[in-house]
Amino acid sequence: MKTIRIFILLVCSFVIFNSHAAVKIEHWQTSEGSDVYFVENHDLPILDMSVGFPAGAARNTKATAGLAGVTRHMMSLGAAGMNEEDITNAFADIGAEFGGSLDADQAAFTLRTLTSEKEKAITVFNKVLHKPDFPIAVLAREKTRIIAGLQEAATQPESIANKAFMQALYGAHPYGLPEEGEEETINAITQQAMRDFYQQYYSAKSATIVLIGDITKSEAQTIANKVASGLPQTPAVKALPAVNLPVAANEQKIPHPASQAHILLGYPGVKRGDLDYFPLYVGNYILGGGGFVSRLTEEVREKRGLVYSVYSYFIPMSELGPFQIGLQTKKEQASEALKVVNDTLKDFVKNGITDEELKAAKSNITGGFPMRLDSNKEIMGYVAMIGFYKLPLTYLDDFNQEVNKVTAAQIKDAFNRRLNLSHFTAVIVGASD
Amino acid sequence: MASTAFAEEPVQEFELDNGLKLIVKEDHRSPVVVSQVWYRAGSMDEVNGKTGVAHVLEHMMFKGTKSIEPGQFSRLIAEVGGKENAFTGADYTCYFQQLEKSHLPLSFKLEADRMANLVITDEEFAKEIKVVMEERRWRTDDKPQSRVNEQFQSMAFRAHPYGRSVIGFMNDLENMTADDAREWYQHWYAPNNAIVVVVGDVQANEVFALAKKYFGPLKARKLPERKPQVEPEQMGERRAVVKAPGKLPFVIMGFHTPTLSSESEGTENNWEPYALDVLAGVLSGNKSARLNQRLVRETALAVSVGAGYDSATRGRLSLFELVGTPSQDKTVKELEEALLAEIEKIKNDGVTQTELDRVKAAVIAADVYERDSMFYQGMQIGQLVTMGYNWRISKTYPEKLKAVTSQQIQAVAKKYLNRDNMTVATLDPQPIDPDAEPAGQPHIH
Repeated sequence: MKTIRIFILLVCSFVIFNSHAAVKIEHWQTSEGSDVYFVENHDLPILDMSVGFPAGAARNTKATAGLAGVTRHMMSLGAAGMNEEDITNAFADIGAEFGGSLDADQAAFTLRTLTSEKEKAITVFNKVLHKPDFPIAVLAREKTRIIAGLQEAATQPESIANKAFMQALYGAHPYGLPEEGEEETINAITQQAMRDFYQQYYSAKSATIVLIGDITKSEAQTIANKVASGLPQTPAVKALPAVNLPVAANEQKIPHPASQAHILLGYPGVKRGDLDYFPLYVGNYILGGGGFVSRLTEEVREKRGLVYSVYSYFIPMSELGPFQIGLQTKKEQASEALKVVNDTLKDFVKNGITDEELKAAKSNITGGFPMRLDSNKEIMGYVAMIGFYKLPLTYLDDFNQEVNKVTAAQIKDAFNRRLNLSHFTAVIVGASD
Repeated sequence: MASTAFAEEPVQEFELDNGLKLIVKEDHRSPVVVSQVWYRAGSMDEVNGKTGVAHVLEHMMFKGTKSIEPGQFSRLIAEVGGKENAFTGADYTCYFQQLEKSHLPLSFKLEADRMANLVITDEEFAKEIKVVMEERRWRTDDKPQSRVNEQFQSMAFRAHPYGRSVIGFMNDLENMTADDAREWYQHWYAPNNAIVVVVGDVQANEVFALAKKYFGPLKARKLPERKPQVEPEQMGERRAVVKAPGKLPFVIMGFHTPTLSSESEGTENNWEPYALDVLAGVLSGNKSARLNQRLVRETALAVSVGAGYDSATRGRLSLFELVGTPSQDKTVKELEEALLAEIEKIKNDGVTQTELDRVKAAVIAADVYERDSMFYQGMQIGQLVTMGYNWRISKTYPEKLKAVTSQQIQAVAKKYLNRDNMTVATLDPQPIDPDAEPAGQPHIH
């Protein structure tokens, strides 16, 4: 049992590189139109791969909330006649790690295997990607489990706050839909709905295949070709709708018996590849991204002892991802903490930053480059991000240069243009009044 | 690029005259270094009335020394692009930095400074103790399963300090003083109670020279006597129920079990911890392992299940644990009985060779995968040495696991996984007031 001084935010926006990028990324397309990204590295006898699709939770509608997640999950529970037990055992027999993820934009499958076992591992991996069976009996059981999870989440302050916040921030836009779905929408999912979803969104034309590790380029080509050729040869997936900015402030107070209030504040923030991305990113490091040295941590935690954790971040997504500030504090002092947060934010946006703060931020962000890419697993995460969001291949090489170009004036300007403080969304779960 | 593909660098050990241990593992894949300082001081060294002080001191270690202002430690590390943090466990407290390799001297300089020169002011303590109380609310008080675990642990261990949670009781935090933190620091923060672990793109002899320069001048101190704290044998089943807001019940069951002992090589039963570890793998090593396959997939009795066992602890005491959440129309009692029935099956029939092979395949692969993370490699070495083991255990571990037989698994199941040796804690979820109306409907201003 461990307890740590602060929880570490694993957020995809904290991507930091410098101009000495040591990662050589090779990129090509398969004949089906899948994008392939390959990093050759023979230091360890390991192959890591990931295959991503624009099949995230934002592809759901209000009536089908949860379908994207259930489809991805069900793919691994029966494929090409193998049942769930066969699939898990096939990976376990060779010590391979099979996993995946889902967020609003993307659904992905990942595989880590010893290179000596790669043929076996990839054979099963491809069955899951190419021939999912969506067995009906398993679906019925998984629905029950998912609904149990939803009912539990509906009682826990953190989950309640997250769901209410995204809904309030995005309204009718699919980013506002509950990723896990609702009881009724989960119950309504059919085998056919999953098959249709799979055909439409797991298209070879929209797939991003990432390979890193102990294989040659020609092996990578063979593997990528096999992955792409078995995927649905359907039209490329369309872009998501644009986000409408809120037209008024929105504050929600939701009662809860917990001892702490959970507070979330925010506004639709930034896209991947956005021109304002670097000023906002560097600025946010100073405001609430830089761990123990940010203004929010200094004001709310270090000076006043009001919280264990307070943070802010931008999550850049296909469309405007959220800018979010979060904290938890004893109910009785929630108003006081919220006031300090609001004052800190207002002061930051109105008065900008000092040259000293800018220098320290750049120094941390650019100096931290080597630590962000010190394992195959981390490199794969960043290359998958570059691939999925179609960022330039030089993104890593240019990153530190872009960070160093940012000025204090640009930060002030970008925050003022992009965050309308008078139209912010606030959710407080467990407020005392 | 390393020219000798797949070759693993040896681990090198050093000791300074003041008793500080240094362990270096070279890893030249990236130009970075992980530096960890481990203290053999954790919540198991605390006394009643002062629970949580090990963790509180960990927070205070960032509040300045004779020459460093409060918060400046973090700023200096951040300035060079470093990542840093710390964590406290029952067995140890660990501080770490991840840096570009040329900045290792900064890490040593700052760590050596706060090993000897920490300043705990009443003012900084008063603020930080509030932060720790918020941490307890967030981590434990408002998390139903954490509350169950806290209760479970305190029931399983009646005498040994493993019965108390690392974060400490709220009452003890409320009554803690800066002097309690100072006393803790005086007792345990000394070079002869510290282990420095470095993994990364470094030369071991250069790291040793650096350690001599920064940690060498520190004076060794006599450490407080550590009394043996033997947990009396359990004489029958123990039970508790925790009520908390939520929807799903939860059950955790534990059985007292032995651990690896530093002197265990050559003793008669030294295979037992390995057999218990393989048993945990057979039960819940993957989604098709026995518990999930039978109880979640086939019978739908549970929403989730798991088994776990720690073979290495400083207190040389461990629990074999079974956990689960029953499905909606099932009770915790039914799930408990089903979990125990799975154990009975193993006692009677053993496990299959295929199951053993699968656990072994996972172990062999994990041994390679973990080399992708310098931080993890450092963690493994630091934990073992701080707990009083030789780090080489981690190298012989896969072979020992591979040698485990079905008969040995049956033997440990029969010997330890019995009702008289069992502690059970369950969560009885309570509805949130259904009549409560939102305090303020969404409104515009």
